[in-house]
Amino acid sequence: MTDATLSPSLAASVTASFAARRRMAFAIPAVILAYLIYAAISFDLAGLAQRARFDNAAILLGDFWSHKTHVTRDNRTGTIEVAIEGEARGTYPAGMLPDWVSITEGVTSIDLGTGHFVTYDADGARFVIPGYGTLDIHPEGGKPVLTLPEAANGVVPDWISVSENKVSVTTDAGRFNYTRSKVETFRYEAGWELFFFTLDSPFYGKGWGELISLAATGDRIDPARSNLGYMASEFWTNKMWRHADVAWAIFETILMAFLGTMTAALVALPLGFLAARNFNPLGPFRFAVRRVFDFIRGVDGLIWTIILSRAFGPGPMTGAIAIALTDTGSFGKMFSEALENIDEKQVEGIKSTGANAAQRARFGVIPQITPILLSQVLYYLESNTRSATVIGAIVGGGIGLLLTQAIITQKDWEEVAYYMVLIVLMVMLMDSLSGWIRRKLIKGE
Amino acid sequence: MVDVAYGPSPGHRPNLSDPREAYLAMVRRKRMYGGIILVLFIAFMASGWMLAEERNAGGFWNGLPNVIDFPAEVFSEAWTNRANLPGIFLRSVPSLIETLNIAAVATLLGAIAAMSLSLLATRGLARWPRLIPLFRRTMDALRAIPEIVIALMLIYILGGGPVPAVIAIALHTGGALGKLFSEVAENADLKPVEGLASVGANWSQRMWLGVIPQVAPNWLSYALLRFEINVRASAILGFVGEGGIGHDLKLAMQWGQGRYDEVVAIFLLLFLAIVVIDTVSDHFRHKLVKGT
Repeated sequence: MTDATLSPSLAASVTASFAARRRMAFAIPAVILAYLIYAAISFDLAGLAQRARFDNAAILLGDFWSHKTHVTRDNRTGTIEVAIEGEARGTYPAGMLPDWVSITEGVTSIDLGTGHFVTYDADGARFVIPGYGTLDIHPEGGKPVLTLPEAANGVVPDWISVSENKVSVTTDAGRFNYTRSKVETFRYEAGWELFFFTLDSPFYGKGWGELISLAATGDRIDPARSNLGYMASEFWTNKMWRHADVAWAIFETILMAFLGTMTAALVALPLGFLAARNFNPLGPFRFAVRRVFDFIRGVDGLIWTIILSRAFGPGPMTGAIAIALTDTGSFGKMFSEALENIDEKQVEGIKSTGANAAQRARFGVIPQITPILLSQVLYYLESNTRSATVIGAIVGGGIGLLLTQAIITQKDWEEVAYYMVLIVLMVMLMDSLSGWIRRKLIKGE
Repeated sequence: MVDVAYGPSPGHRPNLSDPREAYLAMVRRKRMYGGIILVLFIAFMASGWMLAEERNAGGFWNGLPNVIDFPAEVFSEAWTNRANLPGIFLRSVPSLIETLNIAAVATLLGAIAAMSLSLLATRGLARWPRLIPLFRRTMDALRAIPEIVIALMLIYILGGGPVPAVIAIALHTGGALGKLFSEVAENADLKPVEGLASVGANWSQRMWLGVIPQVAPNWLSYALLRFEINVRASAILGFVGEGGIGHDLKLAMQWGQGRYDEVVAIFLLLFLAIVVIDTVSDHFRHKLVKGT
């Protein structure tokens, strides 16, 4: 205050510090960039571009919103099978066909839409492609022989692949394969197939209006129960999508998170008192409790999960214990910090009325830390719902198990999409639920 | 005014002519509610645990002695082969570095994404205030999808390696940090922003020069905390999917007896790495937030 003018040395130091800052402004992005380049090299980004399978990406994205129906003829026995996604559970029963397939006297006609027709008969198979002509495939000595339309002049276009034992054709309307043993046609349609009712259900293929009128006024299909109840049970026991199992898995995941978080909080609260300086004067003991917390937190949740699943076997209880154990460490640390920061005056006030230690804790301390405690517990509950999915994948319980199973088979991507939607909804629901409880309890709104 | 304290419903207002009686009635009512909630909570917890145990492959009491068995078996085998441990340590260091690199790159990319997402989603700072809900829902969705889902799908497309894990963790980090960053930015002082606006700075200049310097310490501290979390996530993803030390751990575990020395070595390495990173980042976060 005595000398308001800038002394030369001060001016120099300010200039120097500005120069240093300017250097930092360039140096930090440069360091980050250098690190990212190093990472790109060590992760072999260039090799990745070659390994990436974009056809797999197309399959995955296509499967998310559409499904395919296989029409297969066994060339040896001549039997025709129509199956959604080629799965046994999605096979049309005898006497039932989708309206774009017809079988008359050994001739199978498949209408793929937009003028594409496929016919299977005793001579082989024919594929009519509008604007191109008719492909004729007939077996010669067991091997498929392709006859192109005359206009093609014998040039095989790149959407047809011909090898010794296989002819395959890919068009926008659908795919077609002819091999020694079988002929297959795949037709793609939008939507998740059989989501509500499977093929063997009496409600399959009915529109919304029809279903509502059946439920409201229609005659009972099964005399033992109402149509609505029948519908609900057909939906619930859907063999393809297994809604009952999925709902149970979601519940199991939430249960794991809830039990784990609450148990951790219940165990950590008394331990938190032991680790707080103002409640436990015994230094070495306090130190020991704190190191236990650190140890539990440090030995990561992953390791606890592995050890516990060896001991208790796969299932939701293992997951809940793993969550409880990991979070006991975090809660213990946070609770003890909250306990150290309480206002001692309230405790003194309670003490002046002659309260004992338990009463002081109950009426002087707990009310002070309840808001912190509750908001932390709710926050952890929320984030544990998410980690319960991952832990479920490791211990084998809940939606995480279903999800990893569906991903590992690498073909039921529509189920993966379904589970993802459910997980996102579940997490968002828990988010808003815990937010609502927090507002209610803590702010008292 | 007094009535408000006893609740808004006029039919149930206590008789104020006897405040002592009114107070005791309120206490009794509170205790009763508390008791009911406590009983319900205990019943729910007990039935939940029982249900979970029933669905589990092994029961709680049967499994309890095994909790020690497995680590004991592992450690005793590792102890007999303890001469191998230093060698395994050295062999596992590259995978550990890969795990750490996955976490670091994912945190960096996620934090960069979170910076712009959070500023776009903060009231008072957003470039397009009408789009705030859109950016917020985007962050919610990014946070809600578990990393493992994205990682497993990307493994199908991209093949194995660390990149699927990086992308998966980065997306999650973007959502999680975006929310925290936006909460910090909400409390930023708007005066520098107004000052910059008055000299004709555009939006990115206002943010870069007016907001970022204010929030940088807190943001950095959150990013460091996220890095700690991501190290763990990257180990877990390695265990479930591919890449890094988690994958080595899974392979060693699947082998079972005979390679428990490797399991112990990887456990120890992972444990030490996590403790060191936590301690260092704790130290820096304290420095950043307290400003000393």
